[in-house]
Amino acid sequence: MQPVMTEIALTVNGREARLAVDTRTSLLDLLREHLDLAGAKKGCDHGQCGSCTVLVDGRRANACLALAVAHQGAEITTVEGLAGGEELHPLQQSFVDHDAFQCGYCTPGQLCSGVAALAEARAGWPSAVTADLAADAVALDAAEIRERMSGNICRCGAYPGIVAAVAEQAAR
Amino acid sequence: MMAATPAAATPAAATPAAAPPATGAIGVPLARIEAREKVTGAARYAYEHQPDEVAYATAVPATIARGRISALDAAAAMEVPGVLAVLWHATAPRLQPVADGELAVLQSGRVAYRGQFVALVVAETLEAAREAERLVAIGYEPEEHDSLLREDHPGLYAPETVNPSFPAATSDGDVEAGLRAAAVAIDKTYRTPALHNNAMEPHATVALWDGDDLTCWDSNQGAPAHRATLAQVFGLDPARVRVISPHVGGGFGSKGSPRPQLVLAALAARVVARPVKLAVTRRQMWAVTGYRTPTIQRLRLGADAEGRLTAIAHDVVEQTSTVREFAEQTAVATRMMYAAPNRSTSHRLVALDVPTPSWMRAPGECPGMFALESAVDELAIAAGIDPIELRVRNEPEVDPHSGHRFSSRGLIACLREGAERFGWAGRDPAPGVRREGCRLVGTGVAASTYPVYRRGAQAFARAEPGGGFTVGVGAADIGTGARTALTQIAADALGAGVDEVRVELGDSALPRAPVAGGSAGTASWGTAVVKACRALRERLDGEHGGVVPPDGLRADADSEQDVADQEPMARHAFGAQFAEVKVDLDTGETEVSRLLGVFGVGRIVNPRTARSQLVGGMTMGMGMALLEESVLDPQFGDYVNHDLAGYHVACNADVRDIQAHWIDEEDPHLNPMGSKGIGEIGIVGTAAAIANAVHHATGIRVRELPIRLDDLLWAEAADGS
Amino acid sequence: MRPFAYEAAADADGAVAALARGTAAARYLGGGTNLVDLMRLGVEQPELLVDVTRLAHGAIEPLDGGGLRIGAEVRNSDCAADRAVRERFPVLAQALLAGASGQLRNLATTAGNLLQRTRCAYFQDVSKPCNKRAVGSGCPAIEGDHRNLAILGHSEACVATHPSDMAVALAALGARVVVRGPGGERTIAMPGLHRLPGDEPERDTVLEHGDLITAVEVPGLPWATRSRYRKVRDRASFAFAVVSVAAALDVDEAGGTVRDARLALGGVAHVPWRALAAEDALRGAPATRESFEAAAEAELAAAEPLRDNAFKVSLAHNLIVRTLLELAGA
Repeated sequence: MQPVMTEIALTVNGREARLAVDTRTSLLDLLREHLDLAGAKKGCDHGQCGSCTVLVDGRRANACLALAVAHQGAEITTVEGLAGGEELHPLQQSFVDHDAFQCGYCTPGQLCSGVAALAEARAGWPSAVTADLAADAVALDAAEIRERMSGNICRCGAYPGIVAAVAEQAAR
Repeated sequence: MMAATPAAATPAAATPAAAPPATGAIGVPLARIEAREKVTGAARYAYEHQPDEVAYATAVPATIARGRISALDAAAAMEVPGVLAVLWHATAPRLQPVADGELAVLQSGRVAYRGQFVALVVAETLEAAREAERLVAIGYEPEEHDSLLREDHPGLYAPETVNPSFPAATSDGDVEAGLRAAAVAIDKTYRTPALHNNAMEPHATVALWDGDDLTCWDSNQGAPAHRATLAQVFGLDPARVRVISPHVGGGFGSKGSPRPQLVLAALAARVVARPVKLAVTRRQMWAVTGYRTPTIQRLRLGADAEGRLTAIAHDVVEQTSTVREFAEQTAVATRMMYAAPNRSTSHRLVALDVPTPSWMRAPGECPGMFALESAVDELAIAAGIDPIELRVRNEPEVDPHSGHRFSSRGLIACLREGAERFGWAGRDPAPGVRREGCRLVGTGVAASTYPVYRRGAQAFARAEPGGGFTVGVGAADIGTGARTALTQIAADALGAGVDEVRVELGDSALPRAPVAGGSAGTASWGTAVVKACRALRERLDGEHGGVVPPDGLRADADSEQDVADQEPMARHAFGAQFAEVKVDLDTGETEVSRLLGVFGVGRIVNPRTARSQLVGGMTMGMGMALLEESVLDPQFGDYVNHDLAGYHVACNADVRDIQAHWIDEEDPHLNPMGSKGIGEIGIVGTAAAIANAVHHATGIRVRELPIRLDDLLWAEAADGS
Repeated sequence: MRPFAYEAAADADGAVAALARGTAAARYLGGGTNLVDLMRLGVEQPELLVDVTRLAHGAIEPLDGGGLRIGAEVRNSDCAADRAVRERFPVLAQALLAGASGQLRNLATTAGNLLQRTRCAYFQDVSKPCNKRAVGSGCPAIEGDHRNLAILGHSEACVATHPSDMAVALAALGARVVVRGPGGERTIAMPGLHRLPGDEPERDTVLEHGDLITAVEVPGLPWATRSRYRKVRDRASFAFAVVSVAAALDVDEAGGTVRDARLALGGVAHVPWRALAAEDALRGAPATRESFEAAAEAELAAAEPLRDNAFKVSLAHNLIVRTLLELAGA
């Protein structure tokens, strides 16, 4: 059976990409195998590790479970798009400062997830550990950060550094 | 401080004596050299190399646990548009024999375990390869399989040695007599499940042939060793093979030896005459990339009324495969932990129809110390002695097994400092009496240990004409911080600043060096690097008046003889792990509210990366205690929960207050850095500390890991409330 | 994965018509968090996907009587963050937040969450038998690994559990599922959407092929402000439930008597398990531990644990009592 190819256009890290994709191609494989953006990682390919986390229209999402063809017109930001030129994104700098990674493989997903988690908290989104669901604002203490970052598995066990890095940005 | 470094006393007599000017590079919390690449996504891992015309391969796993392939129909798979080849044992090129039978891929129709790779599909796209993989029709002649480990298995045998080359059994004195003479004794059996390494980066290779020259970008713990095996498998001069691995997404032992995808990618690339990339899928990793054997361990301890051990016996049952014998050295740490006049250890294996177990972080010490340190806790309770005090009373003067003196032994110092930091004093030993709302609270302690290994390595150091130094060694940085630590070590030896030194590693074209394993990386590579750097410094200063010649200046070093010449001694790292747990009375949920480790690991090269390594090991130990288990289904002979939703590794929310500390430990008998390995000791003892704390909280002694809420649902507060 | 055609529908009728042009294997695509995974595993092999995430079913609107109409496309994260959901139905917000991870909740939709399929390891492994996936092939979970499978309502054909947290809250709240099918629109009351396995475990729900969920209506329940979702799992976060409880309690403040209660269990059955026997036992009973224990026992009398999951009966019992006590004290 012939693959079904579809023309899509989407914006990745501020640049428009226009190409024909196999309908089966995940957003993750589109980035890694077709757009030479290997920052987003394939850790499990089943939505169980979070290494593939990117921002889709500003919200974090598992790129491995997203079909590229379903993202016509979407704005995608990967870890490569976080820094402003030579200057690291503040969360990237905090990751460096707090040694929030070892092997680095989960790191791009952690960073995209962290950037989004900070935005979610600023928007007042509660989490599973938020005591007062009715509150307008949520303070990102360590327990909140741990819960909100639990969709990103780190086998090296860099969690304390990750929490410290996100907390540093939450306090800014 | 530099003048007092242990380097001056190292027995590596061949090392040039000229002491470099102190730079203070060792002991500084330098940020990872490659940090920027890792946080920007610029760091390229194996699968992310994209040669022109690269094709995609996927591997087909066996769906029986034992038997033979009777037929294979690739017609439907070949009809998938874009498919370039389907390879299986009848069509794959022949390989040269290799010691690890797991690498004899597609060489026979024999199936030794479920999930073994039996065919390979190569296609223009990943999508086509995956679809074709599904369409490869394989007929099997299944045979009855036997995959479940049990202590009364008729096939149990004593191996000649256990990993890597320890005797399988030891006996000193008369254990039975020692147990009979004991005032208190325990005889308990502990079980640990199969555990999978599950590094975040799945094993992957991109293979490229240029004539008879083979280049592989590969995810591994040692490019030179992988090159050697590849050359052997393909019958090539090693000089024609290059393995490149600048960034590796974790290994934890599973990338210490070549895995089938390395050979398969190279095989496929040769067949289709194009570069080929192949990654093991996460689910396939449960079968083909190694794991920790399940263990069944009987511990017998006897002690006099003062808690002094009269006998220690540690008898282990574990599994291997029919492909290759791997015998985990589970009882080896017990041979030197505590003094006792009567001691014995044994290992027995059974070769089952299962994947071949292999190294996983602290093989031997990790499961073995869970059992020993749980048993010691049980003995302390039986004897009515504080578990720290009991350990202190059984501190040996020399290694009880070899009779050698210890180069340093920080166990008691770690226990004491840990007790102080953790707040152990005044602990009520009574179990099940501390309530905090709906939860029972308890604390536990366990000892930790890991041997200090060192292997010979080669390295070069080059003074660059434009300034600065380049140091090359075929090392691997799998997240350990090796690149950073070696930069500091080299800078120190050269008397240069860390920003003047560039370390090259992760490439088999660099000087031959051992794999990152056995917590021996820094010691092994560092010894060679120091030797090369000092030689360079001496020549630069002595022959060139400190001025770099126009073509630069290079010095090479080989530490093989230095390592061989080192004085026989008992060289081990030690540590103490403390845990506080809270167990919900209604649900049995266990929270590790505090985990604190203190380690005696020699001189710390980089406190920042060292702390991360130790905390990471402790985190994995916590997962071992409470979460991780690969569940074997005897019906199919495979690990049924083979994904990251079914096999739980610790997530961020599981890790609360976790701290790693170390004692000041100067050990002049190790290596020029005075360092001990830190990659593995963090996981050793953690599970026992947590199990001991769970007992203290609940009164329930769990001897089979992981400790699940199933085990603790029956906890009752001792006060009856 | 088989090649498949992809069509983005513009409205519900268009989606229903588009799917009707496909075979029985054609599927609606929501967030894809379960469907794409199942396609990658080979469990699902659609030749056509109809994307239903752009049908303008993305709003949460008030209903008369204090209820809410939640559009089928509303992402789980948006639903959990919605102010009205948080204030009126805390149990629903908590259930959503206890499910999956932040990045998965951003993808997952209301309808997709309801229709996700069991995470039973045998169902997900196409190299093994499974009556749900391959009719009549057998259920190896009964002899195999079933620690986290069903204790209630299972059959000889299937012992799987439904994995959703949200559905448990919706079952407790008596939500209505609005469905557009080839024959028009109809409403299905929860917990009646999902079905017990019986001898047809391949059917998870009462929906027919082509039916499209367009919304979920949560009827007003003023005392649901006193509700909560409590999930026990093997890991502190990002794991499916071992057992969960969704509960709402209406206590007569003066007399301390339970006027009404809503209770449902997750992780115990092929469906989100509405605990009607427990609710009956609670109505009119004093809001005490004894009543709550009696209610739990009334519900769990029907439990038939498998070889390795008897602990779930005790766990469910304790969790019911604990959650009700917390609500009574709140």
